[in-house]
Amino acid sequence: MDINFSEAELAFRDEVRAFLKEAWSGELAEKAKQPGSYKEVQVGWERKLNEKGWAAPLWPVEYGGAGWTPTQSYIYESERAAVGAPDVSPFGLKMVGPVIYSFGNDEQKQRFLPRILNADDWWCQGYSEPGAGSDLASLKCKAERDGDHYVINGAKIWTTYAQHADWMFCLVRTDSDCKPQQGISFILIDMNSPGITVRPIVTIDSEHHLNEVIFDEVRVPVENLIGEENKGWTYAKSLLAHERTAIAGVADSKRHLSELKKLAAAEVNGGRAMIDDPAFRQRISDIEIELMALEYTELRVLASMSKGNGPGVESSLLKLKGTEIQQSIQELKLDLAGHFGAVVQDGITAEELGHGYGDAARRGFMFSRAATIYGGSDEVQKNITAKFVLGL
Amino acid sequence: MNFDFSEEQQMLKDSVARFVQDEYDFEARNKVVANESGYSQENWQKFAELGWLSIPFAEALGGFGGGATDTMVVMEELGKGLVAEPFAASVLMFGGLLQASAQNDERDALIGGVIDGSIQGAVAYAEAQSRFELQDVLCRAEADGEGYRLNGEKSLVLNAMSADKIIVSARVSGEQNDEQGIALFLVDAKVEGISKTALRTMDAQLVANLKLDNVAATALCGAGEGLGLLKQMRQQVIVALSAEALGIMEKLNATTLEYCKTRKQFGVAIGSFQALQHRMVDTFMAYEQCKSLLYRTVCSIEQGEDNNDIEKNVLALKVMVGKAGKLIGGEAIQLHGGMGMTDELDVGHYVRRLLTINAAFGDADYQQQRFAEVSLAS
Repeated sequence: MDINFSEAELAFRDEVRAFLKEAWSGELAEKAKQPGSYKEVQVGWERKLNEKGWAAPLWPVEYGGAGWTPTQSYIYESERAAVGAPDVSPFGLKMVGPVIYSFGNDEQKQRFLPRILNADDWWCQGYSEPGAGSDLASLKCKAERDGDHYVINGAKIWTTYAQHADWMFCLVRTDSDCKPQQGISFILIDMNSPGITVRPIVTIDSEHHLNEVIFDEVRVPVENLIGEENKGWTYAKSLLAHERTAIAGVADSKRHLSELKKLAAAEVNGGRAMIDDPAFRQRISDIEIELMALEYTELRVLASMSKGNGPGVESSLLKLKGTEIQQSIQELKLDLAGHFGAVVQDGITAEELGHGYGDAARRGFMFSRAATIYGGSDEVQKNITAKFVLGL
Repeated sequence: MNFDFSEEQQMLKDSVARFVQDEYDFEARNKVVANESGYSQENWQKFAELGWLSIPFAEALGGFGGGATDTMVVMEELGKGLVAEPFAASVLMFGGLLQASAQNDERDALIGGVIDGSIQGAVAYAEAQSRFELQDVLCRAEADGEGYRLNGEKSLVLNAMSADKIIVSARVSGEQNDEQGIALFLVDAKVEGISKTALRTMDAQLVANLKLDNVAATALCGAGEGLGLLKQMRQQVIVALSAEALGIMEKLNATTLEYCKTRKQFGVAIGSFQALQHRMVDTFMAYEQCKSLLYRTVCSIEQGEDNNDIEKNVLALKVMVGKAGKLIGGEAIQLHGGMGMTDELDVGHYVRRLLTINAAFGDADYQQQRFAEVSLAS
């Protein structure tokens, strides 16, 4: 057992630190504090990463990846989170990109991959439907062949940032006379096509992240089909094998926990700092202990992958435990804010209000509830673990 | 970075696993604990021959010179077999304290005796009122010529009935909870003035309450050093007991999973029910998280990290192992249904050992408060 980094890995860590110090500073970091700046900041950040060759470090080098080992990826993630720089938007770089380079044709690779790397296109994911959530294979959004086009009719829902999107990668039904999984195709849709309506869905944090997307006779060229017709389910599933470790969010949770400690030292109740409150100490240490363990669960997965083995059975708990911890931190922050956690600040300054983070705590808590629903709900994750790990 | 065992560590692990598999099934184990001494002298000699009793001792003392990883792999496998031989009490606690105390010929000879299996030892640190506080010591030591005389009482001393020598914490000066003034003393287990009341704990271990009436003793350390040595021992033994607990948890999860795959109700295996599947996923995750934290702790010791960082890991580990042990133990009984309640099934015996480990050297609630102190101060 050896948890030391090699000389080369330490040198890489220095390089990452130097890059972050330069790239995540000044204008961009300042802009990130302003409301409504999300897309602008993400695009700016991803272009800086792309200049460095780090926009999609885990892609194969021939498509623009950096050839990082799992350990290098871990080092980058730790350092990135420690300075509070954002993760990349996942839809292009972590989701559709790998599907295109794995299953797309040369023309598709040349057309889309460079634009994904440079954040020239903003992507959204068209998987869930009003009638197909955890049971995704029951999706009904239909694509019918008409000459050189598919004609799309149906609806997608919970589509994150569809309002910003130039493109959607979408699962559509191309055959209804077979097992549900076998009649699904993976297709790329230009969001400017006629017949697409994007309807905002305001979530419980009072923000507009999500949308319903409705397709009415939308014509998509057949050249936008990825791989073979009716093989889309296989391609979508292969996505799950990519970037499995980062889903635990360990590095970001460490940062949030350390910020929470600072807030708790400043928050006073009856003359006593909340960090000295026994109930608070019990709750924060519950979270910290789980996180200390999860950090090493992630390292165990990385060590196994570095040897060229699969990620190992312990990888199945990364999302379940990671999201449980994320939510617990947000919950504790909301409670720490006391009655200011109920505040909708809406333009009033912290000075006028008399409190600094209540509004953010409320939004963070409410938004964090999604973490145990998206990407396979807790219950689905447990079903999968029971079947494939425990053999039940 | 890797979490692989060295070839030597893997061989050690395999040799303990082989012993458990070939010679220590549940029936054999029950015969062993029914002995008057609570363990088998024959097995103990075998442990000595296999070199296991030498693991934590320096090579200069005739030991194996093993580190935290070596102890971990042995304890984990002993846990799977619910092995009752007093490895922790005699080798890790008694032997560990001897090794940490000042060198002299008597000490070296005793360590040699522990290694060859001829000496059994015990450590008497707890008292009736002390709960988990090592510095809560009423037992007193007074100088008497070159040695000392001990007066007082000690509680629930592991391996006291088989021990040839007992290390006793006693107060040379100060009041009940003072951190200063505690020293460690070596007494002969059969010396005049010592009386023992033997009893069994729920995990079938034989322990004893001691009454010390003017008992002759020699000092192992100065009055300023006793508490520090006890704390150091506690840290090492917590890691070892956590490894034992991990082995037990693995065994319980495997047994329960197997039962749920074979037990049929309503015409199907009960493992096909989602309510049970999700509970088994929870216990699987609890086990994996304990394993990760154990590895984290052992790595921090092996890398020689700052003692504050090691202590933080050790405390986190003790908390998590205590809580996960209760979860996994409770679920193992529940999912076995009525059978889980029976003494003839091994499940309840493993669960009782987990509960005993939780209470040893500070339970999860107590250690979580100490963890918060370390973690929130940093």
